[in-house]
Amino acid sequence: MKISATQYDQMAKQASPKSKSYKNVPAAFFVGGFICMLGELLRQLYIQWGCGKPEASAWVSITFIAITALLTGLNVFDNIAKFAGAGTIVPITGFANSVAAPALEFKTEGMVLGLGAKMFIIAGPVIVYGTLASIVYGIVLWIIGLF
Amino acid sequence: MILDLLKAFLVGGAICIVGQLLIDYTKLTPARILVAFVVAGVVLGAVGLYEPLVQWAGAGATVPLTGFGYLLAQGVQEAVAKSGFFGAFTGGLSASAAGIAAAIFFGFLIALIFKSGDKN
Repeated sequence: MKISATQYDQMAKQASPKSKSYKNVPAAFFVGGFICMLGELLRQLYIQWGCGKPEASAWVSITFIAITALLTGLNVFDNIAKFAGAGTIVPITGFANSVAAPALEFKTEGMVLGLGAKMFIIAGPVIVYGTLASIVYGIVLWIIGLF
Repeated sequence: MILDLLKAFLVGGAICIVGQLLIDYTKLTPARILVAFVVAGVVLGAVGLYEPLVQWAGAGATVPLTGFGYLLAQGVQEAVAKSGFFGAFTGGLSASAAGIAAAIFFGFLIALIFKSGDKN
């Protein structure tokens, strides 16, 4: 049978599962909020231990990255992420998982083109476009500074 | 202290809601959302809108990936002020080095220690 593109689009829409936003949104809010609250607790703790403010924030990131990598290795992270959705994707935990998960999965394809390359399959574009945006901003700042 | 935690919770949670709505109502994949959040953080940092949020909510603004973008913008700002044009190229990655290096280090370590589990 022949179908047009718009018909196909409608069929695809009917077939794809309905997003349960009434469940997903609160889950994302509470898990994401909880992660950030934990981050704030850690940040204040690190500042009390004598870290400067920027260093304390960086240590919070490093802590979350280490915990996420461990939970990814233990196969626990995926279960939390299934429930939390953006609650675990949007915080730094999502970035850490996007590195650790493919590193683990593609290890069998070799240390260089498997682990080494595939660990950046998602983090790569994030770093590329983030860095590009920052360079553009830097050039704009520099030009403004000339006048 | 309690108030700081509450602020971080509210702002961090709100940023995650934005991400969830993008997942539920657009065709953006999580990878694209991560890219969008980081670039949005750079832009918001550049126009000066993210700094007040960081001051107010602390980790609530720095832990989400928009905070990573803000860090890039802030790094470039400081580097350009210090070393001019050269800083446009060094600022972003220097400021975000800790996060990137930690992700590489712990990602590699975990890949060495654990075996890939079955996806169920």
